[in-house]
Amino acid sequence: MVRKSAERIYLFLIFLFLYLPIVVLIVLSFNNSKSKVHWGGFTLNWYKRLFSSSSIMEAFYTTIFITLASALIATLLGTLAALGIDAMKKRGQAVMLGATNIPLLNADIVTGISMMLLFVRFTRLGMNTVLIAHITFNIPYVILNVLPKLKQSSRTTYEAALDLGATPLYAFSKIIWPQILPGVLSGFLMSMTMSLDDFSVTYFTKGTGINTLSTMIYTEMRKGIRPEMYALSTILFLIALILLLFLNYGKTAHKEPHH
Amino acid sequence: MSKRLIDLQHITKSFDGQMVLDDLNLYIRENEFLTLLGPSGCGKTTTLRIIGGFETPDEGTVIFDGKDITKLAPNERQLNTVFQKYALFPHMSIAENIAFGLKIRKKSKAYIEDKIKYALKLVNLDGFEKRSINSLSGGQQQRIAIARAIVNEPKVLLLDEPLGALDLKLRQDMQYELIRLKNELGITFVYVTHDQEEALTMSDTIVVMNQGYIQQVGTPQDIYNEPINAFVADFIGESNIINGTMIEDRLVKILDVKFPCVDEGFGTNTPVDVVIRPEDVVLVSPEQGMLEGDVTSLIFKGVHWEIEVLANGYEWLVQTTQMHPVGSHVGILVDPFNIQIMNKPESNDEKAVESDA
Repeated sequence: MVRKSAERIYLFLIFLFLYLPIVVLIVLSFNNSKSKVHWGGFTLNWYKRLFSSSSIMEAFYTTIFITLASALIATLLGTLAALGIDAMKKRGQAVMLGATNIPLLNADIVTGISMMLLFVRFTRLGMNTVLIAHITFNIPYVILNVLPKLKQSSRTTYEAALDLGATPLYAFSKIIWPQILPGVLSGFLMSMTMSLDDFSVTYFTKGTGINTLSTMIYTEMRKGIRPEMYALSTILFLIALILLLFLNYGKTAHKEPHH
Repeated sequence: MSKRLIDLQHITKSFDGQMVLDDLNLYIRENEFLTLLGPSGCGKTTTLRIIGGFETPDEGTVIFDGKDITKLAPNERQLNTVFQKYALFPHMSIAENIAFGLKIRKKSKAYIEDKIKYALKLVNLDGFEKRSINSLSGGQQQRIAIARAIVNEPKVLLLDEPLGALDLKLRQDMQYELIRLKNELGITFVYVTHDQEEALTMSDTIVVMNQGYIQQVGTPQDIYNEPINAFVADFIGESNIINGTMIEDRLVKILDVKFPCVDEGFGTNTPVDVVIRPEDVVLVSPEQGMLEGDVTSLIFKGVHWEIEVLANGYEWLVQTTQMHPVGSHVGILVDPFNIQIMNKPESNDEKAVESDA
């Protein structure tokens, strides 16, 4: 008994420390007072103000565009890359996987600064450079999601399709594609999450003209803390949460064998 | 004799500088059950993949039904393959798997449905149309793989160790099923295996391969009773391979004892390898034997006893239904007809596998 309740308390504490800050943020976003400690009653005022602010809405649309476009293009390029890597010999595969993993582990701020240095040499910072940067850091996530699916769908199923008279293109679309589709989708969703989440890389590659939600929150917070930003952060958290739920649902749905 | 359907001429293939096939020549007749038999790495699977079109030979020609198909893509060849790991399409039902090739050939819906029924009946899986691949056992999956291949009515069915992943009992059942299928379909089977028992049971013709070279081509009886070299003798079943000297025609000296035999044409005083199958060694009382020895080991194998007899410095492997306890003194007798004389190996690939003493 003692042991069991100790276990429960321990678990409760962990979740408390994990989620309490976010809960506080969400609660404060509905607080009818600018105070960080006093509860002034429930209000949707901060959300109203949020949606009536043109600069915030612009940042919102920019974020949606960057997130979707970078995830789409990264999914396309990443899937093609995974197909290429899968066709390589073992040695080449190891080299390529190492090369794709390094940006994944690299500190975001280093990636951001180095991309900025590269971009300013050739072009002006803006929407394009943010998009290119996001595509770049998203590609490894797609590769890491698609490659295991390719490995699972053994090469012999592709050969079997050819053997039964399929052209290489038909064999790919009927045999390989359906088998890797779950990986492609989770790669796409993960890219969206990463892109939505990103601050450092965006901050260094965006230049002065544009803002995404995360850089917007940062600049606004520097001017002084306004409760609209709590509301904005809450929205951002919810979007990320929804993407995550999709991602997990997709994974478990695929694992269950269908009878 | 039926006509040659597939003709492999001077096929050479290497991977990363490693020679896998060296000037291989082989023909396969129509309606033949031909087995490529050999240890792993002998080139049997590569040969099959060259016939299937999954590998292109570095040199040489593949003739199929009178036409050169060396460069033809797999999807344009009139043959189908049953793969080692079944290679069924996991996201499709059994019916969809079987219909795959027929849909590509734009067959009518009614035709396809008939064919699926027929093929499932042929492999004893009636009524399995709607089931998913994941719900099948290994043996059932292999039957579906066979059904998927044969509905396309190929002239040749290529089988790449199709029973390798199944357990012993199932493997034996499937051997009989394959023979029955071959007879019912009346098409050519090219079968790859490393299992000599499988090869002996099913084949019309066995091609024994080692290290990229064909060692011997013949009927199962030929291969078993008259192996051409030590490798074949050792690979096809257990045998006593003993150094001998061919004194003259029909007389060979083994372990300092002269044995009459039936082989001729090896010259006089020529060193040879002598093969005597364990079941051909007859144990008699010491005074009746051509040589005498002592039983050193005795193992019960069910249908027979496996006995080792040390005689004149050689451990004879003997299979007999009569029990001789360890330590008993016995005589050894061999019928001249059961002594098989072979030339000494001229190259590595003709030698018996070392670890199999």
